[in-house]
Amino acid sequence: MIKIEKLDKNYAEHHALKDISTAFPDHQTTVILGPSGSGKSTLLRSLNLLERPESGKFDFGDIHIDYSQPISDATTLDVRRHTEMVFQQFNLFPHLTVLQNIIEGPVHVLKHDKDAATKEAHEILTKVGLADKADVYPSSLSGGQAQRVAIARSLAMHPEYIFLDEPTSALDPELELEVLKVLLQIAKEQQSMIIVTHNMAFAQKVADKILFVENGQLLFDGPTAEFFNTDNERIRNFVSAMTFQDL
Amino acid sequence: MDIWKIIVSSTPEILAAGIKYTLPIAIVSFILGLILALLTALARISTRGGAFKIVKWICSFYIWLFRSTPLLVQLFIVYFGLPYLKIKGIFPHGIQMDPVLAGILTFTLNTGAYCSETIRGAIQSIPNGQWEAAASIGMTRSLALRRIILPQAVRVSLPPLANSFISLVKDTSLAASITIVEMFEVSQQIAAANYQPLVMYTLVAAYYAIACTLLAWLQSYLEKVTSRYVTPVN
Repeated sequence: MIKIEKLDKNYAEHHALKDISTAFPDHQTTVILGPSGSGKSTLLRSLNLLERPESGKFDFGDIHIDYSQPISDATTLDVRRHTEMVFQQFNLFPHLTVLQNIIEGPVHVLKHDKDAATKEAHEILTKVGLADKADVYPSSLSGGQAQRVAIARSLAMHPEYIFLDEPTSALDPELELEVLKVLLQIAKEQQSMIIVTHNMAFAQKVADKILFVENGQLLFDGPTAEFFNTDNERIRNFVSAMTFQDL
Repeated sequence: MDIWKIIVSSTPEILAAGIKYTLPIAIVSFILGLILALLTALARISTRGGAFKIVKWICSFYIWLFRSTPLLVQLFIVYFGLPYLKIKGIFPHGIQMDPVLAGILTFTLNTGAYCSETIRGAIQSIPNGQWEAAASIGMTRSLALRRIILPQAVRVSLPPLANSFISLVKDTSLAASITIVEMFEVSQQIAAANYQPLVMYTLVAAYYAIACTLLAWLQSYLEKVTSRYVTPVN
């Protein structure tokens, strides 16, 4: 379980996160929703310290961080070795083949045996439907394939949590579907995930828990069914706009 | 006198000077310059603060100094000037150097300053997302640099680094002014004897051109090898 308490992040001209406290249960999928610029990505990126909040507390197993204090490199690495981030722009390593992308972390960070890592990488590639792409470079992949490789790369590290920052926002709907199916499958296997997305249908299907963030504030924190049946007018308006109900 | 006879008779001497001085000075200076360039570039992009800022400042000063003064003047200061730098206890008789050593030292420092900026630019051209993805799989900054960033920066920096090397090969002709008998100096000596400056200087120019053309071919080969992973653009 990851818990945060009174997280606060201030950019020079923008108060990105205001006093956010919540928990991300393990073996469940938490979806973070909200309009663009609301602070959802900042919240997610704060969890593996790609962003550094000014204050607040972070609890994750044996790791306890007070953001207002200096954070050692060892602690940062510890957090990152238990979590993985999947990015909107994939961020595959372009100079490495698909297979090399996937075994890079296991072999060079975790120091696993290369043959074993390779064998597992092939299994993961099969799982995300890309068994035949092991030896190509990322530049020859479609966006949907590239994102599935990025997901495979994160799975190969056996993280406790996978964070996904708008994983399908750069994809057209058909390619998006390929990726969403893979994520649903992973969610079914009870991999702990935290997903930032704009796709309401996907959120409704995959989420165990929803967080709704606007202007850096947490406006909703609860079960999925409750979110989609809420009386809160702001949330109802948001959902109806995102699902084009008024079109 | 027949032009062809001049060419045929002087070529062995010019090429021998090229093999003995021009190429070794260029190659050794460039390799040392690259090492210096990589170290200073890494120091300048380092996120370390504190006392390390002094190192960064020294690197910036060095690059400024060698890019802001003429190479010929640098050669003169090192070879003719430093013997007068007399410091009690350390260099009581000034710093005297063999001309080849003075040449290599100056060319190394000069090309290192230019290549440092090339390498810094190449590293900084790699998208931040690559650092973030490397950090996300648990890499330290130095591992990310070694495994993810530098291999990509090599491809970006190849054309400008090849430029620097080709320039350096031609700039070694300035070593003639500090008594090194490299290709240009040999052609000068022959021209003084046979009164054929047009033929001799054109001939030596042709040999520089041949050397630089071979290097340009090597550059395209290396570009091809390091760009395997990039989709060809029409």
